[in-house]
Amino acid sequence: MNNILNQIGIENYIFLSVILFCIGVFGVLYRRNAIIVFMSIEIMLNAVNLLFVAFSTYHQDAQGQVFVFFSMAVAAAEVAVGLAILVSIFRNLGSITIDNLKNLKG
Amino acid sequence: MDTNLALVLLFAPFLGFLINVFFGKTLGKSLSGIIGTLSVVVSFAVTIYFFLQINQTKQPINIDLFDWIQISNFKVSFGFLLDQLSLLWLLFVTGIGSLIHLYSISYMHDDEKMHTFFAYLNLFVFFMITLVIGSNLLVMFIGWEGVGLCSYLLIGFWYKNQEYNDAAKKAFIMNRIGDLGLLVGIFILGSLFSTIDFTTLKTAITTAPDYNDFWFAIAALALFIGACGKSAQIPLYTWLPDAMAGPTPVSALIHAATMVTAGIFMITRLNFVFDLVPSVQSIIAIVGAVTALVAATIGLVQNDIKKVLAYSTVSQLGLMFLALGLGAYEVAVFHVITHAFFKACLFLGSGSVIHALHGEQDMRKMGGLKKAMPITFITMLIASLAISGVPLFSGFFSKDEILLVAFHHNIPLWVVASVASIMTAFYMFRLMFLTFFQEFRGTEEQKHHLHESPSLITFPLIVLAILATIGGLISLPGHSWLNEYLTPILPKLASAEHHLGSTEYMLMAIAVVGGLVGIGLAYAKYIKQNTVPTEDSEITGFSKVLYNKYYVDEIYDAIFVKPINVLSLFFRDTIETALSSLVFGLGKVTNEISFQGKKIQNGSIGLYLLVFVLGLCAIVSYLFLAQ
Repeated sequence: MNNILNQIGIENYIFLSVILFCIGVFGVLYRRNAIIVFMSIEIMLNAVNLLFVAFSTYHQDAQGQVFVFFSMAVAAAEVAVGLAILVSIFRNLGSITIDNLKNLKG
Repeated sequence: MDTNLALVLLFAPFLGFLINVFFGKTLGKSLSGIIGTLSVVVSFAVTIYFFLQINQTKQPINIDLFDWIQISNFKVSFGFLLDQLSLLWLLFVTGIGSLIHLYSISYMHDDEKMHTFFAYLNLFVFFMITLVIGSNLLVMFIGWEGVGLCSYLLIGFWYKNQEYNDAAKKAFIMNRIGDLGLLVGIFILGSLFSTIDFTTLKTAITTAPDYNDFWFAIAALALFIGACGKSAQIPLYTWLPDAMAGPTPVSALIHAATMVTAGIFMITRLNFVFDLVPSVQSIIAIVGAVTALVAATIGLVQNDIKKVLAYSTVSQLGLMFLALGLGAYEVAVFHVITHAFFKACLFLGSGSVIHALHGEQDMRKMGGLKKAMPITFITMLIASLAISGVPLFSGFFSKDEILLVAFHHNIPLWVVASVASIMTAFYMFRLMFLTFFQEFRGTEEQKHHLHESPSLITFPLIVLAILATIGGLISLPGHSWLNEYLTPILPKLASAEHHLGSTEYMLMAIAVVGGLVGIGLAYAKYIKQNTVPTEDSEITGFSKVLYNKYYVDEIYDAIFVKPINVLSLFFRDTIETALSSLVFGLGKVTNEISFQGKKIQNGSIGLYLLVFVLGLCAIVSYLFLAQ
């Protein structure tokens, strides 16, 4: 473990994490397909998870990894709910373009 | 025993008020009138008991009920002082009050709110008793305000007429101005001597030589302003003639016999204060004399029977103030008493006339009532003779003493007062001749219904006429029971000498001749020439000025009312508009911002996300930069 960190260096993990996070952000901002937006959010979550794990190793502290487990569990639950909503939207509107969700405005 | 009786004396009318105000309607008219009258008669009976007691013992009765206010060394107790002066006042307040209540039973019988009327009258008597028997200035002030309130309620008794309401408001506001003066006077006396109790105040003033002269004089002046308001002296007299809007018994009781004499009572009560400030005394004398003259001149040309009497009241009150200002308190008190008799009689008589003519008050539409209403005529004639100062009637003695005092102190004031008395004789007999002599000038229908009033109305008239005749006996020149009686209150009387020299007899003769001249002039004009006052529009010249009361109301209107209205309008239209537009403006700005902000929430999720991300970026960059 230490080896890998020594070989690659903490900063690379950070860069990767930032890049992943930005990809996620731009995905959320630019795409209109709800599923892709969803995926982008997952990417952002995982970018953060990656950072957690990296720092956890760096500091020799297991707390970060424990946290990631929680975060993944919550993300899984969220995906289940979110996909269920998407299915419901698709059944109602016939598409999953997020622009259609304007109609939800009161 | 004394305490309980004094409480009965005070609270009998109050009980009458409570009964009439809460159960008056169910009791019915007659019963509410009887209860109202009886409650005052009870007070009168107790007063007589006290009066006889004090007449024998000569010891004032001091009743302290409880400590009212106590602040360090300043203490005000709630108590009553029954001494010679207050009992004298109580005698005619409750005595004449009983007669007028009796009169009102018949007079107000056709009024649907008769029980309210009696409730108010009872309340008035209650407050008047409080005013008179209060042992300190603050208790007196309660009564002082209370009678003002009742006066307001009773002037505006027929509140459906807007003019009457205005008259009531005018009386209330003018009295309020005077009351402020009274309050200021009380405050100053309280701060100078740290007591406002009459007895201790008297000791404090007579034993403390180091009081502040300036503030003491201001206090006396302020007290006099208070008296001016209540007793209708220049410049605060204009409310009294307008107060005739009230039912006639009210005019007789409140605006002739009792309440308006409160100012004279207060000054007599505080004679030890006024005696020490000659400058204020001379102001009082001059104001009194001028008021007497001015009101008498206005009275010369009025055509409303009650207005004539109202101005006559103002004029007579002026004479009393003249006497007060000259330090002759006992003479003022004497005139208060005789005036209460004959003026109450005159007012009640005029009420009887108005009653017979179904509300007609204009003397131009009267005349020839002598035959139809003999009792009213004779009683009013006696009262008129009394007020005109015809010898042997009560007014002769009291008015003559005022003139005598004036002559001894100040000749110009004597001249003014004498002229006023001649005018009094003239306008009183003008009233008599226009009302009772010649032919009836009203409508045929009224003539058909002319009748003498019922005995409930004539009985008080007869009693008052008798009193107006013999009232002078209490203070005959040379041997005055009244002066002896009042000596404990007015210590100077003990040393005063009563001799009747040739000057005095000459002055008496002048006064009598003056009065007769006044009567003669009225006779010549209204009987011989059979003049009837012209219509309002045809009055010209100086009489027009007089008829319009020197335009004093208009002047007050221009000087005080209009500027205040303009100021109020300015505040309403400018200041208030500015303030409210500021407040409304803030509201509008907020509203506008929200309205515009609402547009951002258009439901486009893409935009939300963008803003969300931008915000996140902003926070992150801020956190970095901040470090």
